[in-house]
Amino acid sequence: MSKNKIDTSFEQCMKCTVCTVYCPVVAVNPDYPGPKQAGPDGERYRLKNPLFYDETLDLCLNCKRCEVACPSNVKIGDIIQSARLKYGTHKPKLRDYILANTDVMGSLATTMAPVVNFTLGLKPVKSVMDAVLAVDHHRTFPKYAGQKFETWFKRHALKKQDTYNNKVSYFHGCYANYNHPKLAKDFVKIMNAIGYGVNLLEKEKCCGVALISNGFKDQAQKQAELNLSSIRKAVARGEKVLTTSSTCTFTMRDEYEHILGLDNADVRDSINLATKFIYELVDAGEIVLKFKEDYVKRIAYHTPCHMEKLGWALYSTSLVRMIPGVNFMMLDSQCCGIAGTYGFKKEHYQDSQKIGEGLFKQIIDSQLDMVATDCETCKWQIEMSTGVPVENPISIIADALDVEATVKANQK
Amino acid sequence: MKFDTIIIGGGLSGLVAGIDLSRKGQKCLIVSSGQSALHFFSGSFELCSLADNPYEGIATLGAEHPYSKIGAESIADLSAKVKPLFKEVGITLKGVKDANHWRITPMGVLKRAWLTMDEYGTVPADGVMPWKKVAVLNIDGFLDFHTSYIAAGLEAKGVECSVHAISMPELERLRMNPTEMRSTNIAKTLTGDLIGALAARINEYAHDVDAVLMPAVVGLTSSTDVVKLKEKVDRPLHFIATLPPSVPGIRIQMMLKKHFQKLGGVYMLGDSVVSGEFEGGKLKSIKTNNHGDTEFKADNFILASGSFFSKGLASDIDGVYEPIFGLDVDSLDVRSEWYERNLFDAQPYMSFGVATDNEFHVKKNGERIENVYATGSVLSGFHPMKQGCGAGVSILSALYVSSLLKTIR
Ligand SMILES: Cc1cc2nc3c(=O)[nH]c(=O)nc-3n(C[C@H](O)[C@H](O)[C@H](O)COP(=O)(O)OP(=O)(O)OC[C@H]3O[C@@H](n4cnc5c(N)ncnc54)[C@H](O)[C@@H]3O)c2cc1C
Ligand code: SF4
Ligand code: SF4
Repeated sequence: MSKNKIDTSFEQCMKCTVCTVYCPVVAVNPDYPGPKQAGPDGERYRLKNPLFYDETLDLCLNCKRCEVACPSNVKIGDIIQSARLKYGTHKPKLRDYILANTDVMGSLATTMAPVVNFTLGLKPVKSVMDAVLAVDHHRTFPKYAGQKFETWFKRHALKKQDTYNNKVSYFHGCYANYNHPKLAKDFVKIMNAIGYGVNLLEKEKCCGVALISNGFKDQAQKQAELNLSSIRKAVARGEKVLTTSSTCTFTMRDEYEHILGLDNADVRDSINLATKFIYELVDAGEIVLKFKEDYVKRIAYHTPCHMEKLGWALYSTSLVRMIPGVNFMMLDSQCCGIAGTYGFKKEHYQDSQKIGEGLFKQIIDSQLDMVATDCETCKWQIEMSTGVPVENPISIIADALDVEATVKANQK
Repeated sequence: MKFDTIIIGGGLSGLVAGIDLSRKGQKCLIVSSGQSALHFFSGSFELCSLADNPYEGIATLGAEHPYSKIGAESIADLSAKVKPLFKEVGITLKGVKDANHWRITPMGVLKRAWLTMDEYGTVPADGVMPWKKVAVLNIDGFLDFHTSYIAAGLEAKGVECSVHAISMPELERLRMNPTEMRSTNIAKTLTGDLIGALAARINEYAHDVDAVLMPAVVGLTSSTDVVKLKEKVDRPLHFIATLPPSVPGIRIQMMLKKHFQKLGGVYMLGDSVVSGEFEGGKLKSIKTNNHGDTEFKADNFILASGSFFSKGLASDIDGVYEPIFGLDVDSLDVRSEWYERNLFDAQPYMSFGVATDNEFHVKKNGERIENVYATGSVLSGFHPMKQGCGAGVSILSALYVSSLLKTIR
């Protein structure tokens, strides 16, 4: 789709209201007009007169569950997000800037991690954030690690990567870089064990998902272009670009084109979730994974909204199920309510928790050791709301992997 | 990725096939583009509405009809399995095997039906009205349910009706926007703690009547609210079908899907099968929209992609075609013959569909595809409306094909 083309898929709408059934916001907030009205119905009016734009569209989580359900293939979520960026009149607040710029905040915070973690956790600081910035005081900011993944990688892993013939590139994203380098290290550990070297991209910026949802379109576009240019270089070297976050993957594959109007068709298929890439290698018989016998856990998988939209939960769950000691359970696919930075905002906190209620209850009732999920914000939300630990499938595989046996099995 | 059976389309037919095959130990994948015809469901499954006894009606059908391909003996066997199957899923159906009863349409007309969801009001096979006096209630401002039609229809049959509209403050917001006052939105509101308040409003009109009839606007995700409401209302409470979307139909769709997943099946919603790789008279693999280059392989495939409405069939100026694989279809070459002048006659195009042999193997360029079967409304040779056999064909063709495929231990 070219940059300014109007998405006319709204004309396909047959008013069946099926989308409304599956919208998590409609279920909890009577002020939200719902996908049919906010999307295809509203678009008709907005095209006639932008004054018809309605600020309640900010209540949309951009979870795309409406799109997945629509029998007529209307791009409801895309229509709503594009309308917010085009017609939205309220100025983003300082709070929105802080929440949206995950990587700026990340670089600042990493250097001062102990101080920042300490301050963000303090009661008085939380109530100031609540009052001044409207970040809900129930939230704990994800902790910042003392050393960025990138720094660790350059110091401890980079050299070794040249010893592998097969190569992939890694888009680590903000979360694995600043908050949870263990995930990125786990990824490198698995890839190396199956005989793949890891390259970082020449330059990497936050995928931009939070910028899009907080109304910073120009900055999102700039960062997207920079990422695409780095990705193109990796693809030109013959490398796939792997990620460990369903949201980054979805944003770069679909939102870059649908919301930001960038042409990514040449590299779209090369941007892949690590679990999908690894599963397909196993499935094709090209690699073998060997697991520890003493890794015994009851694990349930939560399908993040963007994973539901990608339709890829199958790969992550199939991988986790390969671990012999895992007693696996699939949770009902429903939104956890956090939707990136949405649930951090004071005005959304109540809705956010109410949306996730059903999911939390199922998790608490299921006597789990752990929940597996491919999205970092789902992890925060579920851990905060249930107390059950949540891990990325990549970390679970890495912890259960018998590295020595795997390396041996994959030596050709 | 490899499965025992891959099913294209996750409506009634695809899900029944998936559940039955999963019970036999098969590893199944269902790929489904969007939601299905169940979102428009009346609450009643039709087997054959041509006669009081559905099996007598079935005996009169021509050789091209899917029932004739299944054969009378298998029809009898398989139809006996339907009620228990839905019971297992968590849906209670009423009705007996060999006598149609009557359902009440949103227009207030009685129509033959085979099995009906327990919560709906029905009239027994003999046609004798079960009530002398009823209260017909609507939700204030809900336009997809016409109490006047229902009351007129019932009064013509000698039932005394009193008509009332009830309002609930919680629904006021929906009422501000008439396009949002839809059955599903009402059901999303009228749940949990509000069921008690709703029952109290209903009870204001539940004196000296034999039953209370109201639109099917409760119980979107489970029957818990329905059971609770029935308990709290002083007189027997029955639902009548609304205009679409169908709240109970959506619940059936969700519960079938959940059950299929519980049995180990993989359901991919919002994804479309776009192409297939054929080799030596067999389908080897399929590709989907979301998964790009990834191939999904299986020993067998079931095409349950629905009719024109669900895009399992399509048409252009050259005629009717099956859009995924370009399979052979039964239709008429001359477009003017597709439609009957009289809108209320059976429309010939409704019987168009994918051509199959007696075991529902599909054909491509006249050649039988050994491992691809078609089931449900994508099939040719039947008139769901005229013969009243829509759900019956979807369920029984699915169970029949499943019975041809092997059990895996
Ligand atoms: C509006 C309507 C109302 C009806 N009401 C009743 C009733 O009340 N009682 C009754 O007995 N019968 C009724 N019928 C008859 C109906 O056909 C059957 O009851 C039954 O629900 C049909 O089920 P199905 O699974 O064959 O097809 P569908 O329900 O149409 O399901 C087909 C599925 O395949 C999917 N699909 C299509 N193409 C692809 C692709 N390329 N890749 C992946 N997925 C794909 C579609 O998205 C859809 O989910 C009704 C039919 C219609 C159209
Ligand atoms: S589900 Fe799709 S077709 Fe139906 S009302 Fe929503 S947007 Fe329109
Ligand atoms: S994207 Fe999610 S929150 Fe937004 S309208 Fe669709 S279903 Fe509702």
